[in-house]
Amino acid sequence: MTYDRIMLAHGGGGSLTRELVEGLFAHEFDNPVLRPLDDSAVLVINRRGYAFTTDSYVVSPYFFPGGDIGRLAVCGTVNDLAMQGAQPYWLSLSFILEEGLPIGDLEKIVASIRNTAAEVGVQIVTGDTKVVERGRCDGLYINTAGIGQIVTPNWLGSANARPGDAVIVNGSLGEHGVAVMSSRSGISFQTSIVSDCAPLWPLVKEVLNTGVEIHAMRDLTRGGLAAAVSDIAHASGIGIILKETAVPVNREVRGACDLLGIDPLTMANEGKLILFCRTVDAERVLAAMKRHSLGKNACVIGEVKDKPKGMALLRTAIGGERIIDMPTGEDLPRIC
Amino acid sequence: MKTLVQTIEELAGRLGRDVELMEVCGTHTMVAFRTGLRQLLPESVRLRSGPGCPVCVTDASYIDAAVELCRRPDVVVATFGDLLRVPGSESSLDRERAAGGSVRIVYSPSDALVLAKECPSKRVVFLGVGFETTAPTVAWSIWRAARDGVRNFSVLCAHKTMPRAMDALLRDQQVKIDGFLCPGHVSVITGAAVYRFIGERYKIPCVIAGFEAWDILKSINMLLTQILDGRAAVEIEYSRSVTEHGNAAAQRLIVEVFEPNDAIWRGIGTISGSGLAIRSKYSNFDATHAIGVKFGEAHVNPLCRCGDILRGISTPLDCRLFGCTCTPAHPIGPCMVSSEGTCAAYYKYEGRVAA
Repeated sequence: MTYDRIMLAHGGGGSLTRELVEGLFAHEFDNPVLRPLDDSAVLVINRRGYAFTTDSYVVSPYFFPGGDIGRLAVCGTVNDLAMQGAQPYWLSLSFILEEGLPIGDLEKIVASIRNTAAEVGVQIVTGDTKVVERGRCDGLYINTAGIGQIVTPNWLGSANARPGDAVIVNGSLGEHGVAVMSSRSGISFQTSIVSDCAPLWPLVKEVLNTGVEIHAMRDLTRGGLAAAVSDIAHASGIGIILKETAVPVNREVRGACDLLGIDPLTMANEGKLILFCRTVDAERVLAAMKRHSLGKNACVIGEVKDKPKGMALLRTAIGGERIIDMPTGEDLPRIC
Repeated sequence: MKTLVQTIEELAGRLGRDVELMEVCGTHTMVAFRTGLRQLLPESVRLRSGPGCPVCVTDASYIDAAVELCRRPDVVVATFGDLLRVPGSESSLDRERAAGGSVRIVYSPSDALVLAKECPSKRVVFLGVGFETTAPTVAWSIWRAARDGVRNFSVLCAHKTMPRAMDALLRDQQVKIDGFLCPGHVSVITGAAVYRFIGERYKIPCVIAGFEAWDILKSINMLLTQILDGRAAVEIEYSRSVTEHGNAAAQRLIVEVFEPNDAIWRGIGTISGSGLAIRSKYSNFDATHAIGVKFGEAHVNPLCRCGDILRGISTPLDCRLFGCTCTPAHPIGPCMVSSEGTCAAYYKYEGRVAA
């Protein structure tokens, strides 16, 4: 570790997070289930595969355009399970509440959790509550863990993208990040952008129902598309080539990103995924995605080559080329 | 876009020699990398990045002073996020914040002023860095603080002006420049006329460029045409925003609050008259005066080549630290920190392909 204290960027989902996870946690807890460091752990019980994951939610503010910390706490965990090809069944739910939090706010958040869980058909089956003194946390933090059953014949993992694969995204990027930023005090811009926060399992189910073999899937959260493709290129030892003109980013998000000096490819999402499948299967996958409301704007944004190994590149709109690097991670703290 | 590149190739062919064009605006540097524009240029046309990133030219002694301030129990340091990770001699503001220092990120100096009004028991010090682009908003916040009688607000001022720095570069024998891509946002404030001396005194053509890839390509086109014609004029490509004489109201604010002083540019040294100091009339809002912080002598890694990079005589690939010990996650020099820094741009978008 180069830093002797935890920096905000250690939690940003970028290269410092990777350093912390790989250098400390994975190193100390090393075991075969943990080792792939994917979105969920894959557990085999009686020859059936289950996905198990956990995530904590600290977003500020806890109500933002298009969602709230409760909806996020269900979606984030459900999506991590879905990316492993698992149908989500059960969630745990733990609250850390700050003394003085209005009960009315908590009730709204709980209702939002109930509604989002119902959307996907998951049940909250266990939980915990702690209260800390005023000033010790920012309203409330939530942790959820989830269990799902893997329904794909092959295991999905970030190491399984292959040369010849198409890269597909289910819609336009950066909405969650911009929506949360614009609702923070101190930032004086108004937008009509709302968070894309949504549970992706129903969409993933449509895709899996086509019977097409999906090689890898990843939800685009902190670090956005940039973190996802750079991670998968690294884990799979392949080259990912994206076409800038094909990557959907709406005008308003692009404008906000320009204003903030942030690359839209690194902006956070909470209802977007990329998936990798053989190019010949791409049309069938796209057709299935477009049938679902979360996949109406699905499109192919690039392809996988065998070179440059471990690297993601962007063919730019003007015909140049550049690296898509893992963001360092300090751009937008407390986005989820 | 194709035809712009083709024309550049054609002009470069007719020139038949290498040309070094310098952009002196961090946003231009970033756009050039992010869009992959550099690779479209013929080999004989080279884009060099000058001292256009405000964070990169901020001296380590300034960071040291800010670090010292944020350790004081009665002070809150308010800053643009870009400065947070810039290394000083021994520490940086993000390390200080993790260790308990009082550092707040704001998105404008007026937010810092609001913060001061909200926390009357604290002294809020805004870190004023940047060129003519940010100087007017800082001037406004000082003027406003004076008008409203906000006594716990001050600015640690290291503002700089671009034309003097360009002058210093041209006087430097080591620096070879055939044309300047002049900054877009700075020029919106200053107007095009401030660059006239570059053509008159040094016979170097200037084009004020906008921020789309085609703006920059078109500007390169205009520069090459001037070189071929043997002209050295100031032309405005970014004509949708830039005028001959700039934004008079913003200029008046700058003059009201600031006066020229000698400024230290990181890695370059002192350039006379290239800085903006707070006038004595507003000294209650000058942190050096109001709080009594001093600038000491800075110690920086002697291997860091940021100074040569800022003058355009080296590229990051010439630096032994680049990409090894100095990375965006662990920056040693300021050019690796800022999103507009040359080293960060090389590292993120290009450097490791070339390496």
